[in-house]
Amino acid sequence: MSSPKAQLEKLPRSMQVILLLGAIALAAFPLMPLTGVDFYLQMLSQMMILAIFAMSLDLLQGVTGLVSLGHAAYFGLAGYALAFLTPADTPISLWWALPVSALGAGLAALIIGFFVVRTHGIYFIMVTMAFAQMVFFLFFDNKALGGSDGLYVNFRPDASLFGWTGIDLDNKTTFYYFTLLLLVLVYAFLRRLLFSPFGRVLAGIRVNEHRMRAVGYGTFGYKLAAFTLAGALAGVAGFLWAAQTGYVNPELMGFHMSAHAIMMVILGGMGNFAGAIVGAFAFEYVMHFFKDLTKHWQLLMGSFIVLIVVFAPRGLLGLVAQFSRKRGAP
Amino acid sequence: MSELLLSAKSLTKRFGGLAAVNDVSVDLHRDRIHAVIGPNGAGKSTLTNLLSGDLPPTSGRITLNGTETAGKNPERISRLGLGRSYQKTNIFLPFTVWDNVRLAAQSRERHGPWNPLRWLSAASAMTEVNRRCERAIELAGLTARVGTIAGTTSHGEQRQLEIAMTLATEPTVLLLDEPLAGMGHAEAERMVELLLKIKKDHAMMLVEHDMDAVFTLADRLTVMVNGQVIASGTPAEVRADAGVQAAYLGEEHE
Amino acid sequence: MDFANFLIQLLNSLQYGLLLFMLAAGLTLIFGIMGVVNLAHGSFYMLGAYLAWFLVSQLDSLVLAIVLGTVIAVVLGWLLEWLLFRHFYRRDHLDQVLLTFGLIYIFEEVRSILWGDDVHSVQVPEMLNWSIPLTDNLSYPVYRLVMSGVCIALALGLYLLISRTRLGMKIRAGAFNREMTESLGINIRLIHGVVFALGVALAAIAGMIASPVSSVYPGMGSSVLIMCFVVVVIGGIGSVRGALVAALLVGLVDTFGKVLVPQIAGMAVYMLMAAVLLYKPEGLFKQ
Repeated sequence: MSSPKAQLEKLPRSMQVILLLGAIALAAFPLMPLTGVDFYLQMLSQMMILAIFAMSLDLLQGVTGLVSLGHAAYFGLAGYALAFLTPADTPISLWWALPVSALGAGLAALIIGFFVVRTHGIYFIMVTMAFAQMVFFLFFDNKALGGSDGLYVNFRPDASLFGWTGIDLDNKTTFYYFTLLLLVLVYAFLRRLLFSPFGRVLAGIRVNEHRMRAVGYGTFGYKLAAFTLAGALAGVAGFLWAAQTGYVNPELMGFHMSAHAIMMVILGGMGNFAGAIVGAFAFEYVMHFFKDLTKHWQLLMGSFIVLIVVFAPRGLLGLVAQFSRKRGAP
Repeated sequence: MSELLLSAKSLTKRFGGLAAVNDVSVDLHRDRIHAVIGPNGAGKSTLTNLLSGDLPPTSGRITLNGTETAGKNPERISRLGLGRSYQKTNIFLPFTVWDNVRLAAQSRERHGPWNPLRWLSAASAMTEVNRRCERAIELAGLTARVGTIAGTTSHGEQRQLEIAMTLATEPTVLLLDEPLAGMGHAEAERMVELLLKIKKDHAMMLVEHDMDAVFTLADRLTVMVNGQVIASGTPAEVRADAGVQAAYLGEEHE
Repeated sequence: MDFANFLIQLLNSLQYGLLLFMLAAGLTLIFGIMGVVNLAHGSFYMLGAYLAWFLVSQLDSLVLAIVLGTVIAVVLGWLLEWLLFRHFYRRDHLDQVLLTFGLIYIFEEVRSILWGDDVHSVQVPEMLNWSIPLTDNLSYPVYRLVMSGVCIALALGLYLLISRTRLGMKIRAGAFNREMTESLGINIRLIHGVVFALGVALAAIAGMIASPVSSVYPGMGSSVLIMCFVVVVIGGIGSVRGALVAALLVGLVDTFGKVLVPQIAGMAVYMLMAAVLLYKPEGLFKQ
């Protein structure tokens, strides 16, 4: 087994510029006079939501080195939370539904994490998958929880605050900007976390957990905290997804969703959160592209994934970093 | 009689039918270096693992700074004041020398992972941690190399880094597992100087094969063969012991 | 529950457990010896089932289909190891997860292209299509007993192979210390190829013999994969004995759970796994 290599944590200038340009492009997009803007707004909103989901997994996988095949469980649970919280006849207030859903997802992560974090390596991968399947079946098998058909989110959350109705989430553009705002906030939070005392410990755990324990860190507690936080952030994404699509079903918690998240994080490049954003957009784009191309898109998707693993194991940002290093850029 | 900081009594570790460590006792006092020597497979590393918490003993007692620590996990024992360096370099290869030691130094901070303040403050701004880190690096003689990636440093520097990380947690008891392993003559001399420098304020146990270093450094010597102690005392006493000469030292001096 | 019902459920547990064992044994061996995690293991089960359906429709004999199918599976396993997997033994688990997930997509599509996405059923062979009466109105299908019998025979064969033959000794040596085994002149690459092909074959055979009982459908790979992982986690990676014990346990808990407490039926097995994890995070029979 190869020993852990350095992660790209400090983003080189070129990458920071790319990110900034990307953010500006996303912000400017709804203002551009294009046909079919509505459709693209929806697609981009979903990509941004998946980017938040991918970043939450990056915290676990890229930073702490815990490969979870069951991260979608928390994504889905928060979505279901919104579905359950929204009454049949009126929307629920965003300001308490979002925190409750995210914290609920975090609580589920804390409980499952308690069992799962005590395992290592391949066991960890398998038990995270198993517990996520358990959650999947809990919803799939029970009509009371929606069963295999899932549930509708009757109304988008209401963002009014003490009578102020400035933000109307039913407006596609407003929802888009709200999602963009959360994307930026989560990114900023996670970047700060990466270089915080907590973040440094997680990075150390990924590289050499044994030595971390030997110098006195209670690594179980740190891993559990990372697992919980990652679950809560996945919950933020899941909440947004449910609000955006208006519908939740067990597939949101399924194996495929979890595996897609892993692929997004790897495709973009792990450990710096920027890669997760890039990876989410790239992955979704590639998948849509292949789906439009042929009925047998899975063959293309599978081959694409295999090629990435073989030729670009550090993801797209890794390639960019390699390229800029060769050209002598800082 | 200087202060007794770690006392291990009748430690035994069995793997199946084999006793890797058999009824071994060792005492570590402040300002004293206690060397443990013996041929390969004598159980020295196992003994170190028992004291550091990497392995639970089958039987026996360990008292560290007044607390019973036999069978406790490594992080508990580290927090009780024990530092341990490894025979096989056990550092954070992708990090810089500074980050390696800083991480070790940060472990002494009180706040755990659930404190949100620890999620938002900057790790590089922790003054106490930085002070501890700087001191450990200085003691280990690595001040000039703080910005270098650990994986690119020389073997000798990596061994120094091992020591620096061990010192960064400001332990009172040090377990050093072959700190001179793989070192050339000049590097070994520097390491011996370093160990003498840090001897004050620490109780040290030294596992070593380099006999010159052992006899320069050790105040007490314990000889292990096949998991058991065959002699223990001052270096002069041990050197004179006929059993030891036959079993171990005699071969060394050929 | 009266005795006859109890016996039926017991036999069902045994049959399910043994089938899971076939899959888990391959997975745990491949992981224990080569250190490779293979998410596509369930796909071999699915491919085996579809292959059986296809071959039966051509050859009109399940037995012939299984024999031919086994040969194909061995060849496929060997090729996969040679072309792809052997380059991933030293890679990160993450890379292996990703690679095998890509393979799942590819296998799904290959199946779709070759045999479509429909659900099929395979006829139980004439000779075995009867039931043993247990009481006045309850009987047990002979085919299921034969299934269990075949699994037991294969399990025994596997045991004998690993513990009594020279090949088995080399396999165990390779698991223990790869470099040393190589330096002893043993062709470790051959061993790895054999182990991988064996794992694939066991999974495919499981799919083939289960096809008359569980029907043949696209999602059968993923549903069995999860259970397989649970078995390997409970049993301990690398331990075939652990896989057997765990598979039988899972069979029991799942079958009786569904009958006695249907509300939490799907979750019973995971609760078992959680309980095991609390006391033995590395499985019951960790090597």
